[in-house]
Amino acid sequence: MYVAVKGGERAIENSRRLLAEERRGDTSVPEVTLAQIDEQLSLAVDRVMTEGSLYDRELAALAVKQARGDLIEAIFLLRAYRTTLPRFGYAEPLDTVAMQVRRRISATYKDLPGGQVLGPTFDYTLRLLDFDLAAADNAPEAEAADAPLEGGMPRVTDILGHGGLIEPEEPRDEQEVGDLTRDPLRFPAERDVRLQSLARGDEGFLLSLGYSTQRGYGKNHPFAGEIRLGELAVEFVPEELGFPIEIGEITVTECQMVNQFQGSATEPAKFTRGYGLTFGHCERKAMAMALVDRSLRAEELGEQAKAPAQDQEFVLYHADNVEASGFTQHLKLPHYVDFQAELVMVRRMRETAANNAARNDDFEEAAD
Amino acid sequence: MPSSTALSPDQQARRRWMSVLAKAPAEKLIHLWDSLPDKPDWSYLRRPETGMVMVRGRAGGSGQRFNLGEMTMTRCSIRLGDGRVGHGYVAGRGQGHATTAALIDALMQDETRRAALEQAVIAPLEASAADRRDLSARKAAATKVDFFTMVRGE
Repeated sequence: MYVAVKGGERAIENSRRLLAEERRGDTSVPEVTLAQIDEQLSLAVDRVMTEGSLYDRELAALAVKQARGDLIEAIFLLRAYRTTLPRFGYAEPLDTVAMQVRRRISATYKDLPGGQVLGPTFDYTLRLLDFDLAAADNAPEAEAADAPLEGGMPRVTDILGHGGLIEPEEPRDEQEVGDLTRDPLRFPAERDVRLQSLARGDEGFLLSLGYSTQRGYGKNHPFAGEIRLGELAVEFVPEELGFPIEIGEITVTECQMVNQFQGSATEPAKFTRGYGLTFGHCERKAMAMALVDRSLRAEELGEQAKAPAQDQEFVLYHADNVEASGFTQHLKLPHYVDFQAELVMVRRMRETAANNAARNDDFEEAAD
Repeated sequence: MPSSTALSPDQQARRRWMSVLAKAPAEKLIHLWDSLPDKPDWSYLRRPETGMVMVRGRAGGSGQRFNLGEMTMTRCSIRLGDGRVGHGYVAGRGQGHATTAALIDALMQDETRRAALEQAVIAPLEASAADRRDLSARKAAATKVDFFTMVRGE
């Protein structure tokens, strides 16, 4: 059997050119710029940076443009680009208390130090299409208070921590930090590796898994202890200097979920935690991450792990949309030989079945 | 910032100006540099190079460290004619940004030049960063919920 494996070059080249033309669209419409994508589709840029695992607004905007707005394709592009860059080292861990807060809410305390700051949120919009935006001359202005928001807002979980009502988080800085981009996943995975995987994980997948825990697939009774959004300086220690300097500022979203824990024979009842952290403003993702972080802690907290969201291998092996997309889309590659083999096999099975049936008929006839 | 408390006064001063230079908008920094009089002789010790730094978070904000994702960073080292060495470490891929930051870092180590540079470059950059921060914090403050009004008149 002969299978053609050559001959597609011209078709492929022309397909690329057609893609380029369709990406650009009607040339009488102005071309979108990276600055426009960064400024006006900023949440798309945020998602691509978070799941693409590389904070660079301009590169993420370019990926969105190149992918024609297909964010999973854009994430793939950014992941591929990051493999071309050397890694200079590790930044100091972010201290989210130092955040220049633009949004900070808690569903557990009405009056908390620092207050409830709504910031820029869809939460109180009516979700009615706004036809004013269809006109291209929008320049709305936000209200500014006389006095700025005070800095150094305490975390809600730290307030609970003072009363010993919530499990403490231990820094454990003597431990190495696991890195998925260097070492393959191993099970059971430690929390550091799980959090890295969830941070890179697909928002849709984690959202649905988080939702499943709320609906009863995995015991989870969460409160949004705190969600905060804002800017943080990233500190890095250059070898030549030996002390940390700030190399820039990034925007992050943090979610602290507070969950019940019944306690056990040896431990009093207390609250436990689920944690979510993303680049940019990815609030839904941060919340879903926190729900799934908590559900993956089932075994560690002595809970029965029966639901999909509590199954480390299931969650961590399927959370990455670049891997999932690659394996799903590889089905488009030529499988001509495989398929021919299956075709031959199916034909043979049918022949065998037909022969058997004929033999049975002969047998029955002979018996009559 | 607990990590900076153990630094010597010289280190703290350098940490401050390097941070200001790194966080400044590149065009603004390069414009300030271009408008400086009497530029020194200098050469590259390490040409600008773009790579990544792994950003880390902590579980629960204060617990075990984990790798959140990387960010781009560009570094550059230069040597002045008088032998002083300056480093630029800046977020992003701005090679001009990193080079200019390294040049000013080197010059800031020269005590005879420091005050003038502080006035011409560092202080204005720090002031405009503070203005940006203040405006952002005042816009956020305008969205703070005032529950107090609900119980007024008890």
